[in-house]
Amino acid sequence: MAGWFDANLVSILNGFAIGSLLFILAVGLSIVFGMMDVLNLAHGAFFLVGSYLAVSFVAGVSWGGFLAALAVAALFGLLAGGVLSGMTEPLARRPILDQALLTLGISLIVAEVLSIIYGNNVRSVPGPPGLDGSVQVAGSTYPTYRLMLIAVGLLLALVVWLVVERTSIGALVRASVADREMVSAMGIDNRKVKFAVLGIGSMLAAVAGVLGAPVYGARPGLDKTILILALVVVVIGGLGSVRGALIGALVIGQVESLGRALLPELASFILFGTLALVLIIRPRGLFAGKVAHS
Amino acid sequence: MSTTLLSLSGVSRHYGALRAVDDVSIDVPAGARHALIGPNGAGKSTLFKLVTGSMPVSAGTVTLDGTDITQLPEHQRARRGVSQTLQHSSLFLSQSVQDNVLLAAQRQHRSRRSLLPRRQAAARDRVRGLLVDVGLEARADTPVAALSHGERRQLEVAIALACEPKLLLLDEPAAGMSPAESSRLVGLLQSLPASVTLVIVEHDLDVVFALATSVTVLHLGQVLLTGSPDEVRASAAVQEAYLGTGREALFLDHPGSTQMEVS
Amino acid sequence: MSVVPDSSTDASGVGADPRTGPAPGPSRAARLATRGIPLLVLLVLLASAPLFAAPFTANTLSRILIFALFAVSLDLLVGITGLPSLGHAAYFGVGAYTAGLVSIHWTSAAPVPVLLAAAVGALAAVATGWLAVRSGGVYFLMLTLAIGELVHQLAQSLSSVTGGSNGLFGIPSVRIGGEPLTLAGYVYWYVLAVAVLGFLGLWLVARSPFGATLRGIRDNEPRMRSLGYSPFRYKYLAFVVAGGFAGLAGGLFAALVRIVNPSDAGFTTSALILLAVVLGGAGTLWGPVLGAAVVVLVRDTFGPQLDGHGPLLLGVVFVVAVYVLPRGFAGLAGLVPGRRRSTGGTA
Repeated sequence: MAGWFDANLVSILNGFAIGSLLFILAVGLSIVFGMMDVLNLAHGAFFLVGSYLAVSFVAGVSWGGFLAALAVAALFGLLAGGVLSGMTEPLARRPILDQALLTLGISLIVAEVLSIIYGNNVRSVPGPPGLDGSVQVAGSTYPTYRLMLIAVGLLLALVVWLVVERTSIGALVRASVADREMVSAMGIDNRKVKFAVLGIGSMLAAVAGVLGAPVYGARPGLDKTILILALVVVVIGGLGSVRGALIGALVIGQVESLGRALLPELASFILFGTLALVLIIRPRGLFAGKVAHS
Repeated sequence: MSTTLLSLSGVSRHYGALRAVDDVSIDVPAGARHALIGPNGAGKSTLFKLVTGSMPVSAGTVTLDGTDITQLPEHQRARRGVSQTLQHSSLFLSQSVQDNVLLAAQRQHRSRRSLLPRRQAAARDRVRGLLVDVGLEARADTPVAALSHGERRQLEVAIALACEPKLLLLDEPAAGMSPAESSRLVGLLQSLPASVTLVIVEHDLDVVFALATSVTVLHLGQVLLTGSPDEVRASAAVQEAYLGTGREALFLDHPGSTQMEVS
Repeated sequence: MSVVPDSSTDASGVGADPRTGPAPGPSRAARLATRGIPLLVLLVLLASAPLFAAPFTANTLSRILIFALFAVSLDLLVGITGLPSLGHAAYFGVGAYTAGLVSIHWTSAAPVPVLLAAAVGALAAVATGWLAVRSGGVYFLMLTLAIGELVHQLAQSLSSVTGGSNGLFGIPSVRIGGEPLTLAGYVYWYVLAVAVLGFLGLWLVARSPFGATLRGIRDNEPRMRSLGYSPFRYKYLAFVVAGGFAGLAGGLFAALVRIVNPSDAGFTTSALILLAVVLGGAGTLWGPVLGAAVVVLVRDTFGPQLDGHGPLLLGVVFVVAVYVLPRGFAGLAGLVPGRRRSTGGTA
């Protein structure tokens, strides 16, 4: 067992890095749906915008570039979320499919515009100075940047958890996940809440894109891969649950990383198998925030 | 007539501390016309949901025709002959009157697996007959969304009958009907064969006493009294309960029918 | 929301003369004539197309027919059953790979590859649909998306079987009576024959009591339960039937283009076909046929000029369609029969 652990230490650490990234992505997706009933299929495209921003600001060369990419990505995410919130407003009384179709259309447009600007080649982005090397971890060399990513992800998880569980804003979030009518019952403008929630959710997605760039690079199709992983995390964790998103992200991070390392041909089968297994045991995910929804 | 079709034993439904239905035991013999009366909030509609299975019991057993059906899901109870009309009309609004009834009738005629519409002739004949019975034959091709409230109630009855029920639960079938429609409904229900057992919740006591062979009075989720209509009329306990809650509360939504024969 | 305009036009029609129940005999014959004759004309026109059209046109028509069949199979889910799938291309792709592999390794004698394609498409739906249908609601959207991506990635990673990202090529021509169909016109007739049978099958399913049950579940699932139906069983069966017909369409696709790529099972294909259904009008069956024709024509006409950025156009059409055509082309056409019905009531 110890031998296996040593041999796969790199994969396990990778799993944590992927898990951190997935949590940042999935928590936005999950809360946006849990609170606002908006299934944002453009979430993956916003991530990819962040990744290409890291390319543009040559984030690997200087910390200035890296931080600038983060700031621009955050701003872009807020704006994109705001626009999306405005665009979904006329569809609020229509079936969920219509909003899904809208965000699907937006994600196709964003992805194609990116491929027109940046071409179809894989762009790699090194980590920022000081983090672009490797360190020795229990006898294996491991990229420093990914260790930082794990730390940042856990830190963000802690912050989000504290906000949702300990603040009055968080109480509002939890209440409206449990009961959609809550927001308007408390006399708060539904549209403002939607604007804020979608803005912050999209901001997290774009920021995750910058953070993920030194790991995944930037390439066409990454948006879909990431979106699917985030959706799997949300489904496993339970819609609208922060704790679920964290546990789901850590589980899927490990499944994805170990699966690709040990059984590369069957990795997507293993991913889907995990999803199926969770749903057979818990049809509404591990921490169902929302009970009745159709 | 002597065998028991529906038997409720210690049936309860709690929402936290609130006991909507509390330890209710009722036996309904086959062929009976059994009425459930009581003030709003007495638990009548909840009790219906516990019988149909659209809501699980907190305690107790529901027995149909000698079989314990407490654990069966709603659709399997329906197949065993439990049918209902709902207090709030629940129809397929975009479809025609005829198609609404056909959805219920086609399940009885073993034609639902056929791909050829022609094979549905038997089910369609049955639908036509039922629409004549409830007085909607002229509206067969009308979409339900265009029906009046009273017509929708009539349609509910036709759909429930199309399920060929052994036990028919009617939740305020006459609510919102004109006097003419209401008396037509009573006539239809009176003409049903004894193979259909009726349990009816109704505020209109004229309807209740025109139909019922036995009456259960519910009060705050509990059975106050079960007996013949005459016994219920004469019961001091019922009078007390009614006076205690006040007639206005009892018949709030039916000021026209407060001339009750209980007193 | 979609109910309101219909009912108001019907209400005015009936309100004008409530006692006019159309006599069943003549109206059925008349309906058969008004619907059947144009359909027959269309069929004759389609069948004679290769006689006067260029091979390229026959090829485009074949594509339209295949995508139309694919779209109608999705409409059975989206429009009739109320289950919006974002991964229906998975079963199309499974069918296409099945037909391709059967043709390469065993026989390309018609109709073996397409029948096996339909069967394997249905089996794939059996294997994956249980989970998606049981979860329901928005989970259905997410899970079908995940299933589609799973099949896509499998097609890419199992390169020893599927040819990986190079695609499965070298699929031999369909053979009828031992003779390979090489001319575009003959292939077109083959596609037309199978597709028409496919449409007929789906139309029968939608018109049958089973189809009525599916519509009942779409409109009011709790009520169907109280009528003694098990909604899960019907939805699952609808999913499998839709998967089978999507597989059939995939099998035809493999016979026509004779190369299958992982992207044929992927997200963009799923999105494209969903767009065809939404654009045409979900739940009408004929609407998605029209939608598929428009989508294929637009893609084939403008796609090459966009330098491989066809999805950009796809995305724009999606966004516009959601706002401008909430009920598709059928929603536009629905205004016309509605008026005719109401004037017919007073006449």
